[in-house]
Amino acid sequence: MAATTPSAIDSVSSAAKPTLLSIRAVAKTFGRNVVLRNISLEIAEGEFLTILGESGSGKTTLLRIIAGFESATSGEVWMGAERLDRKPPYRRRVNTVFQHYALFPHLSVEENVGYGLRVAKRPAAEIAERVAQALEKVRMTAYAKSKPSKISGGQQQRVALARALVNRPQMLLLDEPLSALDANLRRQMQVELKSLQREVGIAFVFVTHDQEEAMVMSDRIALLRSGELEQVATPRDIYSFPATAYAAQFIGHTNLLKGEIRAGMAECNGLRWKTSLPDGPALFSLRPEHIRTGDSGASSSIRVRGRVVHQAFHGATELIRVDCGGLVLTVRTANRIEPDKEIALEFTATDAVPVRESPERT
Amino acid sequence: MELRMTDAANSSRSRWLVAHTTAVFAFLYLPIAVLIVYSFNGEGVGGFPPHHWTLDWYRILLSDESIWDSVFNSLKVAFAAMAISLTFGVPAALALDRANFPGKALFRRLVLLPLILPGIITGLSLLMLFNVGFVSTILKLVTGQQLSLLTITLGHGTALISVATTEVFAGLQKLDRRQEEASLDLGANYWQTFWRITVPNLKLSIIGAALLIFTLSMDEIAVSFFLIGRDNTLPLEIWGRLRRGITPEINAISTIIFLFSLVTIVFWYRLRVRGEGGAEVGMELIEAKSGEAK
Repeated sequence: MAATTPSAIDSVSSAAKPTLLSIRAVAKTFGRNVVLRNISLEIAEGEFLTILGESGSGKTTLLRIIAGFESATSGEVWMGAERLDRKPPYRRRVNTVFQHYALFPHLSVEENVGYGLRVAKRPAAEIAERVAQALEKVRMTAYAKSKPSKISGGQQQRVALARALVNRPQMLLLDEPLSALDANLRRQMQVELKSLQREVGIAFVFVTHDQEEAMVMSDRIALLRSGELEQVATPRDIYSFPATAYAAQFIGHTNLLKGEIRAGMAECNGLRWKTSLPDGPALFSLRPEHIRTGDSGASSSIRVRGRVVHQAFHGATELIRVDCGGLVLTVRTANRIEPDKEIALEFTATDAVPVRESPERT
Repeated sequence: MELRMTDAANSSRSRWLVAHTTAVFAFLYLPIAVLIVYSFNGEGVGGFPPHHWTLDWYRILLSDESIWDSVFNSLKVAFAAMAISLTFGVPAALALDRANFPGKALFRRLVLLPLILPGIITGLSLLMLFNVGFVSTILKLVTGQQLSLLTITLGHGTALISVATTEVFAGLQKLDRRQEEASLDLGANYWQTFWRITVPNLKLSIIGAALLIFTLSMDEIAVSFFLIGRDNTLPLEIWGRLRRGITPEINAISTIIFLFSLVTIVFWYRLRVRGEGGAEVGMELIEAKSGEAK
């Protein structure tokens, strides 16, 4: 029974925590080019929210609107009771870690980190102490006197973090901060960033195009497509109950089953199962791991037979593609199944999650 | 066998290259070498190679007040022109780099025009302007004369705005704008960001522009020729004396100017190498030199 509708899932956010930032119907156009349309999003205190999207989806523009480097064409941004979108960037209690860090090349590491405190005219003793603490937190104390050009990418990343966090912002914005790092360092930094966020306890808004990164780090993911929010949910929910075909395909692998619902029965490519959805055309997402090979004999299973046409090794599991007479299903299996083999497949009706179509947008 | 053939071809080619290079450099630097040698030549001008060496010309030069007056006049003009052209040129570069306004393309061309305008035209048109009744009245009120060092300074300062603008504009194009955003993000307002981030990053371009303006003003002759009052600048003083024939003191002062330029260029070069990777420094130097040659 597929009773859980996507809209019900969407509202399951970190409702327990008070809202910190509220983006209300924000739109942005550059000339005739619509970059963002009608974005509404609430970010809770202490939350790790990831804005996930392909390049050109508008995710960086949204971040820049929060930071104040772009102004929204319409809509509002509020932080608590204060209207943020009318304020210049330097009056917002928000700090940014830039994609290529944007460290000041003419200043040393410690001068970079102390920059915000110096322009805020904090006493010298306080600056020295807070800078030292911040550098210690990111393990860069030994490089305090170095120039940014003399340290590695990963180290620059840490300095950029320290430079932002030393100002004790209410929210940290991160614009694809890991994209310049190699895969190993990247995974390591994902863990470090996540634990740093727990430690400092402020909200992180993290922009990335990497769905795996988003899954690993986030409390919630806001999936952006062509300037519109496709779905906002926890990684678990967005994976298990994708709202749209695009969400289902962008995050993990999936099978999209296109069919028709008539009188409580769903029918897709000759497969039939009971559903409570209203009549009409329907689209279902079925994850590869929800399709089992063999025949368990369970009465609730939907069964189909097919021929293995492709097999790919993915470490712990394998992904095979099975041609079931016009319908090609991707199936995750624990053991190796040779191509050309004829096999039986089955799945449970509730694992076929109804999703909305994702029409092409320009 | 084949290998040896190529070797031979290579070595003959490289011999030609060496000969060619030597010829070009000789053409460029031999005149300067002759000038320097003559400044130490006991016979003054003529009589090459010198039979005996002397520092007399430098001694004479040292006590030649009108030469030194002209040197100080030139220095005054050069520093003032530097100040004027940077004051107007840097904001113009900023406007060209970041502002969008109607007529920007026209503005850009107008700013750069003096760079290609012949000095004679600039000089003549300024002279006409300074002859206009009320302008002339103002000039006379300020300096007591219609034409003076002030008019030369105004001439150099305005004509060289284009140099300041191009140099600083090039620097701005290389500047990473994210740095300025980072500064705003960290709580610095626009003014603080300009002084703490933009200017330090433009330091090399501004110093480069200043040095270039300085040297261009120091040896400028065409514009100065039209606008000269009672006080001579150094190039005009030299020019005036040359009409009475080459004198050895002129070789001496020219040698000093040459050494001074050399020190300036080396200073600038080292600054650039320290500031950047060095790869593009050669190119910049060539650009600057060709600018000077103009």
